Amino acid sequence: MKASIEWQIATVKAVHPETHSVKTLTLKLPNWQRHRPGQHYDIRLTAEDGYQAQRSYSIASEPEREGEIDLTVERIESGEVSPYLHDVLIPGDRIEVRGPIGGYFVWEGSRPEPLLLIAGGSGVVPLMSMLRHRSVAGGKIQTRLLYSSRTFDDIIYFAELERLQGVKNGPKVYHTLTRTQPEGWKGYARRIDRQMLGEVAKPLGGSVQVFICGPTLLVESTADELVGLGIPAAQIRTERFGPSGPA
Amino acid sequence: MPDRFVSRGFTGRRQQPDQAARLPPGQYLTTDFPVLSAGPTPRLPLDRWSFTLEGLVKDKVTWTWEEFLKLPSRTFEVDISCVTKWTKLDMQWEGVSVDTLLEHVELERNAQYVTAFSHEDYTTNLPLVDILNGQAFVAYKYDGKPLTPEHGGPARLVVPHLYFWKSAKWVAGLRFTEKDRPGFWESAGYHNHGDPWKEERYG
Repeated sequence: MKASIEWQIATVKAVHPETHSVKTLTLKLPNWQRHRPGQHYDIRLTAEDGYQAQRSYSIASEPEREGEIDLTVERIESGEVSPYLHDVLIPGDRIEVRGPIGGYFVWEGSRPEPLLLIAGGSGVVPLMSMLRHRSVAGGKIQTRLLYSSRTFDDIIYFAELERLQGVKNGPKVYHTLTRTQPEGWKGYARRIDRQMLGEVAKPLGGSVQVFICGPTLLVESTADELVGLGIPAAQIRTERFGPSGPA
Repeated sequence: MPDRFVSRGFTGRRQQPDQAARLPPGQYLTTDFPVLSAGPTPRLPLDRWSFTLEGLVKDKVTWTWEEFLKLPSRTFEVDISCVTKWTKLDMQWEGVSVDTLLEHVELERNAQYVTAFSHEDYTTNLPLVDILNGQAFVAYKYDGKPLTPEHGGPARLVVPHLYFWKSAKWVAGLRFTEKDRPGFWESAGYHNHGDPWKEERYG
């Protein structure tokens, strides 16, 4: 990956709203390199006077799509970079990026163990790259996604997840909505807890590979519960973001 | 040319000049204390905790938790930069300087590098010269309170002048070697040295 991490100037091909606070940017890359699902790119913005700001965003697309990547970005109200990406950036704009980056929180479908993906909010993005890769590559490994969102309208990729789970050998998708639920909601309606994890994880057996991505407190508690359920810590890979809560 | 590239319509959010001068390139200020770990947070019972200096030392030394707490400690006020781009200023730690620990061993002449290893398999590599002369310490308190497990407690190495992944959480010891051996993140695409001021993020 050494050659791939020079800065390059990508062109915005499309900006697609996913939810009220989440957009997907499709970027065309002059020096595209195949990524590993779970990796991220850095974005660097430069003002007229040379001031710069950088942030990292997970790749949402599958590595099989050559020449371009999707980055799905949540708009952080108090943020410096995501409001620019949401409110200013339009197709045709150019933007500096470098990547793909990261070599541990990755899943390429090369291992035989069942796969458990657990997401909180926009933590679903790197996991989506894994699911899309699995789908395109015709993966058959038993796979489940447990995805926690605040409300139904906050669920990213809902329609595509429904499609993915509808096909033969598709992943099983379990949603939980922690704040409000629409009428007739059949999914979970609480924060991820040990009972929920038991129901989703147990059928995958003791060799399951787990990837958890989301806000720090969700990842901390979920990883703890999985260890409590007897899944070895070495089989659990995590990526945390956002505030760590009261210190 | 990247140096002359301007992002259309980007103005950015500037820091006060005194704080901006303390921010390495590409970093932003945070007042929070984010948690970055590759896996679940281990909870180490203090009666099973130990800290060892080994490898190219004449006689290796191991401290129990109680023994470690009796070593001369001091407070350190330092700025910390994480490769994920946050920087936190004036963090207050308490612990034992690596210089103090090294008074208890005699290093072999060929010791050039050190691997910090954790109670949970994690390793990170550093040149010996990067942890001497007040540049590194083993912390067991943060902000006046015992260091919590998600931040690396019972004790973590702190090497403030390098990106924070070099500050091994749940640290169990230092192994001195002649040759440099890339650690966990150094083997996973991150820079071997990790100086924030040179923006040594990726390898």
